[in-house]
Amino acid sequence: MVLPVLVLVAFSAIIPLMTVVNYSVQDTFGNNEFFWVGTEWFQELLTSERFHNALQRTLLFSGLVLLIEIPLGIFIALAMPKRGIGVSICLVLMALPLLIPWNVVGTIWQVFGRVDIGLLGHGLAELGIDYNYTQDTFDAWLTLIVMDVWHWTSLVVLLCYSGLVAIPEVYYQAARIDGASRWAVFRYIQLPKIKRVLLIAVLLRFMDSFMIYTEPFVVTGGGPGNATTFLSIDLVQMAVGQFDLGPAAAMSLVYFLIILLVCWVFYTIMTSYDNDEIG
Amino acid sequence: MASIKLHEIAHCYNAGKGAGVDYALKPLNQSWDNGGAYALLGPSGCGKTTLLNIISGLLRPSEGRVLFDEKDITDLTTEQRNIAQVFQFPVVYDTLSVAKNLAFPLQNRGLANDVIERRVAEVLQMLGMQAKANLKARGLNADDKQKISLGRGLVRTDVEAILFDEPLTVIDPHLKWQLRTELKKIHQQFQHTMIYVTHDQTEALTFADKVIVMYEGAIVQIGTPEELFEQPKHTFVGKFIGSPGMNVLPCELQGSDIVVNGNKVALGRPVSVSREDSKGLELGIRPEYVKLSADCGIPVDITGVEDVGKHIVVRSKFHNSDVNIILREGEGIPGNPGLIFEPSKINLYQNSYLVGTV
Repeated sequence: MVLPVLVLVAFSAIIPLMTVVNYSVQDTFGNNEFFWVGTEWFQELLTSERFHNALQRTLLFSGLVLLIEIPLGIFIALAMPKRGIGVSICLVLMALPLLIPWNVVGTIWQVFGRVDIGLLGHGLAELGIDYNYTQDTFDAWLTLIVMDVWHWTSLVVLLCYSGLVAIPEVYYQAARIDGASRWAVFRYIQLPKIKRVLLIAVLLRFMDSFMIYTEPFVVTGGGPGNATTFLSIDLVQMAVGQFDLGPAAAMSLVYFLIILLVCWVFYTIMTSYDNDEIG
Repeated sequence: MASIKLHEIAHCYNAGKGAGVDYALKPLNQSWDNGGAYALLGPSGCGKTTLLNIISGLLRPSEGRVLFDEKDITDLTTEQRNIAQVFQFPVVYDTLSVAKNLAFPLQNRGLANDVIERRVAEVLQMLGMQAKANLKARGLNADDKQKISLGRGLVRTDVEAILFDEPLTVIDPHLKWQLRTELKKIHQQFQHTMIYVTHDQTEALTFADKVIVMYEGAIVQIGTPEELFEQPKHTFVGKFIGSPGMNVLPCELQGSDIVVNGNKVALGRPVSVSREDSKGLELGIRPEYVKLSADCGIPVDITGVEDVGKHIVVRSKFHNSDVNIILREGEGIPGNPGLIFEPSKINLYQNSYLVGTV
């Protein structure tokens, strides 16, 4: 019974990954000739300032995205109606951004924010606000963050909403009998009950935002300068632009390990309170 | 603590939708004395929980007023009413410890810490859960969770009333007795008004001083366990209480005699009911008060015999009615059996309501 799974995982994950591992320890000068270099690429990568900067940018981006989207998503889910026609309307509205292809999202915001023809960019300019995402680092970041919040908060909302509607009515009744405040209801009933779906939301939003490529590539192209060059953009430049297969392979592996590590940390923290005793 | 009065209370869940009003609770008046132990007994869907939720304020009645000590509190929220309610399925705050769960209703009301600690310690002891005080509520089994739910109802000393909505449904049978006894003790000690909803007659009869039987959204009888057993005011009460329930047979009055399908019932004295019209008349007699004798009485066909240990239940058929008879261990079933009713235990019903006795 295990064999089909193993075969599937081998083809979809292990074999491609081993190819990358293979590249990461060799160098090539073309002609399909490879030389063994050991851990040289890894050492170079981990001491490279370019990598550190890109890593910091990506971590900052993911951090900001999580800090905004998770509380905002919970808040919207709490505010959504629980029954009636409003439910369907809200759900459809929420699902809309999720249905748009990523490069289209990038294009929408790229045009939207343009100072010459974009509604947002031009509007802000008319109001006398100096906004230009192609030249100003802060504006570029702001545009990307707002775009991601617009695109993905819905996912958090939908997950939290599904958790909230699954809470039996009797919990709210008991809370009213116990005289619990709105905050206490959230803190002791709603939050514990949606914790599991919230964990999924956090993991998905971390992974997706940490690997974000298409949208910043379309909107800012990694600029101005290297201001929005995240790990993914940097990696593509290295592998496709410069054709440095060895360093790019080493970077891919490190990239992958970082995502794995951070997900593990999130998972451990969020499930650690489950069955333990408290003093 | 307060006396509770329901004035012309009625409720329908589909109020205002369409013409037909479908009452979940038909208009009723009812008062509950301060410090009384009441049981609301009835089958599922008879309006017991609706009535309870109206008292606690979780539900606003579509008609009528709720009074606590003559004060109209219909428009007050649950939080403002100071009522404790325990639900059928355990509700615990997962992330809090057992002790913190118990302290929760007190903390929300801003009591002093030393008072809270004292009350929590008392309730923990009452429930026998001192050893589990610091465990998280989420890891406990259903019994313990329900004990916490009960505890959160009992921890408040100043409540107007404590309402129990089938609180022991999920509890293990052996623990049920123990907890019920405990509740009874608590009632005697603190004299809270307690209203206990159940569909289990044993639970109702052992817990309460007064049992209120509900049927199809209406109160059909209020009485002590003995009254409910001896003189059910409605055939439903007779059938619902007792195991097996009361036998109900269609009958007629001929002069001062009761006639069941052409068979005169031996009474020995006149019937104390004056009914010109004997339409829809029924005779009610508990299986405990029916005897089988050979060759006399009302002839029946025996369809089954069940030995339930302390006595024997005989199932029999008389025309289209089932008649159950309870025989003591050792009493035999005679050949060619006939039914003999104990005259003083016969109740007469018309259109399901009690109209007379013998």
